[in-house]
Amino acid sequence: MKNTKWLAPTIYILFLLLPIYWLVSMSFKTTNEILGSFSLWPQEFTLNNYITIFTDPTWYNGYFNSLTYVMMNTLLSVSVALPAAYAFSRYRFLGDKHLFFWLLTNRMAPPAVFALPFFQLYSAVGLFDTPIAVALAHCLFNIPLAVWILEGFMSGVPKELDETAYVDGYSFVHFFIKIFIPTIAAGIGVVMFFCFMFSWVELLLAKTLTSVVAKPIAATMTRTASTSGYELGLLAAAGTLTIIPGAFVIYFVRHHIAKGFALGRV
Amino acid sequence: MAIELKEVTKVVGIDTHIHETSIKLEEGRFNILLGTTLSGKTTLLRLMAGLERPTKGEIWFKGANVTGVPVQKRKVAMVYQQFINYPNFTVYDNIASPLKVIRLPKKEIEARVHKVAELLKITPMLKRMPSELSGGQQQRTALARALVKESDLVLLDEPLADLDYKLREELREELPKLFHDSGATVVYATTEPAEALLLGGYTATLHEGRVTQYGPTPSVYRIPQDLLSARVFSDPPINTASITKRGEKFHYNETASWNVSERYKALPDGPYTIGFRPHHITLEPDNDESISVKGTVVVTEISGSESVIHMSVGHDTWVSLSHGIHPFKRGDAVELYLQTDHCFYFDANERFI
Repeated sequence: MKNTKWLAPTIYILFLLLPIYWLVSMSFKTTNEILGSFSLWPQEFTLNNYITIFTDPTWYNGYFNSLTYVMMNTLLSVSVALPAAYAFSRYRFLGDKHLFFWLLTNRMAPPAVFALPFFQLYSAVGLFDTPIAVALAHCLFNIPLAVWILEGFMSGVPKELDETAYVDGYSFVHFFIKIFIPTIAAGIGVVMFFCFMFSWVELLLAKTLTSVVAKPIAATMTRTASTSGYELGLLAAAGTLTIIPGAFVIYFVRHHIAKGFALGRV
Repeated sequence: MAIELKEVTKVVGIDTHIHETSIKLEEGRFNILLGTTLSGKTTLLRLMAGLERPTKGEIWFKGANVTGVPVQKRKVAMVYQQFINYPNFTVYDNIASPLKVIRLPKKEIEARVHKVAELLKITPMLKRMPSELSGGQQQRTALARALVKESDLVLLDEPLADLDYKLREELREELPKLFHDSGATVVYATTEPAEALLLGGYTATLHEGRVTQYGPTPSVYRIPQDLLSARVFSDPPINTASITKRGEKFHYNETASWNVSERYKALPDGPYTIGFRPHHITLEPDNDESISVKGTVVVTEISGSESVIHMSVGHDTWVSLSHGIHPFKRGDAVELYLQTDHCFYFDANERFI
């Protein structure tokens, strides 16, 4: 029995990693090889797919555009959610619990529902095809989640900490920036991760609200099977590069996320 | 006159947390607020600190009305039951924080922090983070932060309640000394009568949002103004009995009676209440004033060298604290001796007479 303990997790991990392996291996193949024969690893190893992506502006601009609105969205969501979550965790006011729950219901509708109103609205006010348009649209989903998670972390900090700071002479703003934010840094990390992830993988709104100038990588990637025929190798390389930022972010916040789960809010 | 509450009430929603209270605490002394949970100790402390505004009434501090002054400008210090320190600051920065806020010169901050760290024996921990300290050291850090400010009013909200026994004893011994030298008025909230007695100073007994009595700790203990104060200031709880005075005798349940002492000779005949502490009803008579009472054992708790016997006498249930180990069983008949010379006598309104 003892010797087979490793078997189940190994099979599980192999199963999970298989599609990723296939994607990475495809990215080093030529399109001809992908379409021509079945091979477990690249027979004619090539870096051309990656070279194309790093030299062709229509490709690499996709990454820039995506990263721009993702970071805008993350900053916006966190800076708006911090004071909101503080209010929910520290004050009692009429209807606070209903409002708190209502926030979360915003996430219950699929993003597609909002594609049309956002498209029409942003076209009318001239925001169409800008990174800020996508960033703002994603806020609709990310801010409620951010408030929800941050409130959990903030409620884990005793309110006596706030009071001790006031007794010591700190003003509210001074306390909030110097003491409170560092205290819930783990929570902010978790929130940034979730905002980043949602915004990075969300395709529909990003695609609908942009056309040329602010076109995100996800849109570029799903359109390329066009003029020059199938470019599967190129798509696989683009896909591989799209996974990397997410993997990075997860690596950096993995401890915080575990803590967030322990607090029961993530 | 360090701090005075003038006809202060505090109402939150429909709950009255503090009924109209006027109290003037002794300046430069240790003042103890003694009461059970929810008796209003913490609310009183928060009102004194300025963390909450009274619904009615005024708060005076050093001869000035500070009722609406925000806590940042009150120059008070406060320590909570939970060990509250800034988790992202080192112990040194924690202690230094109130001084940094008022922008003292760096040299002076350093000197003062090292001085209180020395007093509280946490000098070796100055470079650590609060999370790396034991509970006792964390609370010492919080106390150091309160002390370093040299404020005139220090509010301590059950600071020792979360510490384990040994540390509590150790710190309890140090506390009065620490603050006596600083000359600050200290207000110390606690639920434990024994702690109040050990700390000395002055005690205010609290019950359900009312201050029932305030005075030097030993005299509050020895002469409770009313039954309520006596109940608050007794652990295990004080025993009570309804008695009747007829001529020269007090009668209890028609089963026991004793001579009325000189002090109460002039009282009119009628019903009274007596209160007596558990160690004044024992298995052995103390002197001629001790009278025998027979009852049935409900439960016996033995702690080392003492026995706490709960027994029922008529409709009353009393607690007796006797030396020695007496393993009575439930239902055993016992004869105990009530030291009538140590009873508190209360009139029909439960006032001390």
